[in-house]
This record gives sequence, structure tokens and C-alpha cells, in this order.
Amino acid sequence: MRFPDKQGRFGQFGGRFVPETLMPILLELEKAYGHYKHDREFKDEFAYYLRDYVGRPNPLYFAKKLTLKMGGAKIYLKREDLNHTGAHKINNTIGQGLLAKRMGKKRVIAETGAGQHGVATATIAALFGMECEIFMGEEDIHRQSLNVFRMKLLGAKVTPVTSGTATLKDAMNEAMRNWVTFVRETFYVIGTTAGPHPYPMMVRDFQSIIGREAKLQHERAEGRLPDYLVAAVGGGSNALGLFYPFLNDTDVRMIGVEAAGYGIDSGRHAAPLCAGTVGVLHGNKTYLLQDEHGQIAHAHSISAGLDYPGVGPEHAWLKDTGRAEYVSITDNEAMEGFKILTQEEGILPALESSHAIAHVLKLAPTLPRDKTIVVSLSGRGDKDIHTVADVMGVKLG
Amino acid sequence: MSRIQKRFEKLKGAGEKALTVFITAGDPDLATTAELILAMDKAGADIIELGVPFSDPMADGPTIQLSSERALAAGTTLPLILEMVKSVRGQTEIPIVLMGYYNPVYLYGTERFAAEAVASGVDGVLLVDLPPEEAEKEGFTLVARSKGLDIISLLAPTSSDERINRALKSGRGFIYYVSVTGVTGARKDVSSSLPEEVGKIMEKSHLPVIVGFGISTPEQAGEVASFADGVVVGSALVKYFENYQGEELKKNVVNFVSSLKAGIKG
Repeated sequence: MRFPDKQGRFGQFGGRFVPETLMPILLELEKAYGHYKHDREFKDEFAYYLRDYVGRPNPLYFAKKLTLKMGGAKIYLKREDLNHTGAHKINNTIGQGLLAKRMGKKRVIAETGAGQHGVATATIAALFGMECEIFMGEEDIHRQSLNVFRMKLLGAKVTPVTSGTATLKDAMNEAMRNWVTFVRETFYVIGTTAGPHPYPMMVRDFQSIIGREAKLQHERAEGRLPDYLVAAVGGGSNALGLFYPFLNDTDVRMIGVEAAGYGIDSGRHAAPLCAGTVGVLHGNKTYLLQDEHGQIAHAHSISAGLDYPGVGPEHAWLKDTGRAEYVSITDNEAMEGFKILTQEEGILPALESSHAIAHVLKLAPTLPRDKTIVVSLSGRGDKDIHTVADVMGVKLG
Repeated sequence: MSRIQKRFEKLKGAGEKALTVFITAGDPDLATTAELILAMDKAGADIIELGVPFSDPMADGPTIQLSSERALAAGTTLPLILEMVKSVRGQTEIPIVLMGYYNPVYLYGTERFAAEAVASGVDGVLLVDLPPEEAEKEGFTLVARSKGLDIISLLAPTSSDERINRALKSGRGFIYYVSVTGVTGARKDVSSSLPEEVGKIMEKSHLPVIVGFGISTPEQAGEVASFADGVVVGSALVKYFENYQGEELKKNVVNFVSSLKAGIKG
């Protein structure tokens, strides 16, 4: 059976928990996507932009030096960091941008945490000639000033969000409010595999190019399927992009890495799959960080892109069915991952991706040398230099 | 006959329209909410909508967002709200509808919520992010019906004929028409196409249709009540909670509700 079902559910998860004003628009979007995903011209255009604009396929790089250092399984990096704009986010915004164009929408909006999705949306808005407004938590605006400036250069309006915790979840609330207000002319480009149906499905489909390429590339390099897939999970789009094409290959183990922040026991983390409960937020039913009364808790992660109290509904389902496993990595461990990859391979990973790297550093030495791990290097770390310098106590001029 | 039905019958008999007022339960505290329910009843309100505060109110504008934050900071929870409603139920027959988001109800348990809400004297519930198809899928439609709790359906300017029919079929109590695409909050003008949009629904509807979102003055209330079965005033009322407390708050709220009722009667 294929998921999600007709009502956008993955088992009990997912759905369309939105105000009535948005329902007709979601139904229209579902219909349009259902049509264009089989449309030859749409598919060709999507493939064209991924190849000639994003630079795909990006390499599956064998990290030989790191592998030798860890003394265990072979470590392969899926180089999403080499994409135009520096992360996997652009795969999805190209897809949604092309859909928005066909639906006659002149204006796109998006929420952003680390700013990668904001930049990727502002980029396609410039490319396709659309008006663009990005909602970003005020705290994240301080953490990610470089990306804020990039979005402005690309012609987007960046609207600071001060309500609630002033991070990604509040940016999403504000984007929803703007969408419900300007619903007829606006296309909401959601950046992850969350939100109301059909977004979790649509974003997964656009991102699954990651796993499709990795599968072929690994086959070419090793003559077989990989043993492990590892990816960081905030909302979960790079992880699902990597996992999805392997779902039926039951010998391939899938590990999603959540942000443990100061540690799961500290209560200050962003790991709803590891330590959350089921609830409804931002249009879908999924695992959330919340109190016993259903009030959403503050998330914490050193990485702005993972700093979210929910997670995509398909991950919730993969967890409950046992098809994927979910672990967590603390801020400090992620910083170690960042440093080691930088020093061993000369690659600066985004702090989001550093969580996945950090888990691989734990996993690889426990495995025999003939096993392989494919890890999603979802983005590059240039945007995080200020945060890293802060943690290391270095003052940048 | 439910309290909501009785109220609309009575209004119809008198040739009047329903004044529905919204305040957030627990802003600034539940004791004040209880007092204000009784005071607003006396001042001419016909239906009370009590906001159940939620941390992430994605359909609300700044006024109700801030009000929810104050209520949550005061320790307001769903069970405490039900207790408070129970405490005033002996003193008033005004219909009380809880309005909010699905997650607090989901965490409480839909069946337990429906049973306890009715036992506390709550008449209806309006969950902004629970459209009819999800209410059915979640099993909430059936349990609410079996316990006698009205699920109020929302309709919006974007609703198609098909969705209007669905809402009319599954809705109970009354239909809440969202007058604008957007979030809650006061607006300067009433949309010129509103009478036609509301008329289209009223023609088909066996339930009363009341109109909310953006209605903030007695004049606007009067204008909308001239073509709908009633109006909802929320943010304009909640605004008083930002500036007043105690007796002064009560005085302002009562005066405003009286002026709205006068505006509706014309």
C-alpha cells in the first residue's frame, strides 16, 4: 500500500488540520500536484533545473580519511552541500516554484529557521519572477544574519517574527497567518516534510532525488545497496529524501538523527521522536514537544534548522512501524562532528548535518570494514561560522 | 431543545439578532472570566464564546495571541475552564461555546472532553483547525453527537458549494461564517460582498448563520446583523483586557457589550 492515504494520513499521522479558509486551497493544490507529477513537461522542466541550475547529480563522496580514522564501516557523504545555494532545500523549492507558476500564483511565502529554505525560496522567486516574503524568528535573524542579507539581495522581503519563542515554529505560525489572509494569490512554499497534506508527500517526492541518486551511485561504487543511511531530522526533509527510495529495501537500515540540544534529560532539546508525544500542530498529527495539556514546548538546538518542536508525519509513522530508527545528538557532540569533518576531509558541514556526522562517528567504529554508511551532508557550514566561533570563544571582526 | 436552539427561537420570536461575544478564558484569570460571563449576560450578550488558550494560535491576530499568552501565563488549562463553566452554570442559561484549537482537546481525550464539557454546562465547541473531515476521521463528530455537544462548523469566503453543503450537513447549533480571508482582529470596514456571501449560505441553511472576524464597533455589528442571524465580536472586546483590570475592566466590558446590543437592535 502507498502512503499517505487519500486523507493524507500515514497511519494515524498527517492529515489536514487547518482553518476552513485554507481547506479549498489545499484541495486545489493536491489536485494540481496530482496532475503535474505525471506531466511529462513538468517532469522534464524539474529535471532540467535540478541538472543545469542546482548542479545535480551531486557526488556520493567516499570519505576515505575519515573512514580510516574511525577504523570501521566505509563512510560515504551525499554531497547536498554542493548544490546551488548550499543545501538540499533548493530541490524542493524548484519543484514547488514550478508548481506555483503553473497554478498562476504570483507571490510565494515561506518560513525559515536557519535561513537555508528562505534563501532557496528567495532564489527561485528571483529565477521565476515572483514576489517573495520570508518569515523568520527574530532570534534566528540574529543567529543567521548572513542568510538574512542573502535573501534581501535576492529581492525577498524578510519579516521578523517576534511572537512566541521567535524561532522556526513561530515563523511557521506567521507564514500560515499570512497565507490565510492572502490565500488566493499566494503560494506557501513549505520547507520540510511537515504541514497539512499534500505538503509532507509533495516535499518528500521533490527531495527523493537525494536517495535515488545515492542508490545508483552506491551501486556503482560498491555493486550493492548500502547497509546504513544516516541523516539529520528537524522537520525531516533531507532524511526522507534520502530514505524514501530505500523504504522497500528492508535490509537497508535507516537512522534519523534528532537534536538533543543540552541533552534529552535537560528537557532543552528538539527531539520529538526520541522524547515527544503525539499531538496536532501546523496542520498535521505527529510527535511533538508539548506539555500534558497540549501546549507546545520550546525547542532548543544549537542548529537553527533543527530548532523545531515537531517533525514530519511520515517520520512519526516510520518510527512507530519500526522501519526507521531515531537517535539524538547533543549540541556539543554536533560541534565535535563539525570539527572532525572539517579537519579530516576539508569539508565544513552545516550544524544540522553535523548532527548526522556526529552519529556516524559513533556508529562507524562499531561496524566491520565491509559495511557501508551513506550519510546525508544536507548543507554547507558557511552560514554557521558565527555560531561556531561563538561556541569556540573566538571573536570575529 | 438545546440552550443554543432555545436562544435562537427566543430571538426569532422577538425579531432580534444574536450578539455573540468572545473572551479568552483565564485572561487575566478564571475568576474574572466567571464574573464577566454573568455580567455580559446581563448586559445583553446572547451567546458566550470562550477562547481556550493555545500556545500556537495560527488563525489569530495579535490581540487574541497576546490574550492567550496572558491566560496561559496565569495557568489556565482545559479542565480548569470546564470547572469554571460548571461554577457559573447554576446562575445563567446563556449558551456557552468553547473556541480554540484541536491539540488541547486531543490531549485531554475527545470522548472525555465531550462528556465533561456537557456535564459542566458547555453547549458547543468550535475548533478552528479541525475541519469536518478531520473531525469525522478523529471520531470526534460521533462522540460529540452522542454526548449532546454541538460541533459548530465554520465557513469562509473561499468555501465552495460542496464544502458549504458538507458543513451544513455535519454542523450543529449554528454556522460561524468567517467574514474575511485572514486572522481574527478588528478591521475598519465590512466587506461589500458580505451580504451576498452570507445570503447564499442562509438560503441553504437550516441552522442560524452568524458572522465573525473583524467586527469591532456597534455600527458594524448593526450593519452585519441586518442581513445575518447574528454577529460575533472578539478582538475589539479582548482589547480592553490589555488596558484594564478588576472593576474597571468589568465596567468597560459591560458598557461595550451594551453598546453592541444597542447597535444590533438599531
